[in-house]
Amino acid sequence: MLHTVNKSVFERNSLQSCLNTIDDSSVILLIEDGVISAAKHTKSALLADLAAAGRVFALQGDVEARGISSKLADNIKLVDYEGFVDLVVEHGTAVSWV
Amino acid sequence: MKISIQINEGPYQHQASDSAYQFAKAAIAKGHEIFRVFFYHDGVNNASRFTVPPQDDRNIVNQWAELDIKNAAGEPELVVCIAAALRRGMIDASEAGKNGIDGNNIHPAFRISGLGQLIEAGIQSERLVVFGD
Repeated sequence: MLHTVNKSVFERNSLQSCLNTIDDSSVILLIEDGVISAAKHTKSALLADLAAAGRVFALQGDVEARGISSKLADNIKLVDYEGFVDLVVEHGTAVSWV
Repeated sequence: MKISIQINEGPYQHQASDSAYQFAKAAIAKGHEIFRVFFYHDGVNNASRFTVPPQDDRNIVNQWAELDIKNAAGEPELVVCIAAALRRGMIDASEAGKNGIDGNNIHPAFRISGLGQLIEAGIQSERLVVFGD
């Protein structure tokens, strides 16, 4: 499954709820304010293991719009909207944590 | 692949409609079919034909209209939830007539219908992607 998270960890606990729920084959795509969690020195440690396994993606346009391109945590994969579409196609059911 | 989209927030206040639009555009560019876009809750405000943003800003309503998502019968597949729309003052000519209201504001690229259209989109499509806030 694909899980999209669109809120900063400093605003809501949707990322934590998502992490508590997902199975071993799921991937996470951070979009909108969700990309804040992809920045170093935030709460990106929450994602470190999943990111190391190549299962955390962030939407490039939203990362750039928030000025965190140079502060990305390790192993976060950037995708554009076409990459977003590919993730939806490849990973089956898409769950939006809003 | 057949993909449908649900949008739960209106334009300009939240990013949901912008994200959904960029997603839809990319999906079409990659050769996928957008079966239906369902506008629910405050998302119904994306269908107002009276939207006039400043000239240097994007017109979200027109962007959706220009995607021109229709079914084989030529009907718009930008579908606005009727219950969510009417309680927010979003109304088409037919509903305006039934309710004795002297105007209508649904953009012609959209159509008003019921929640069953969302369920059907979920059944008919291989993916349903939700954008909200």
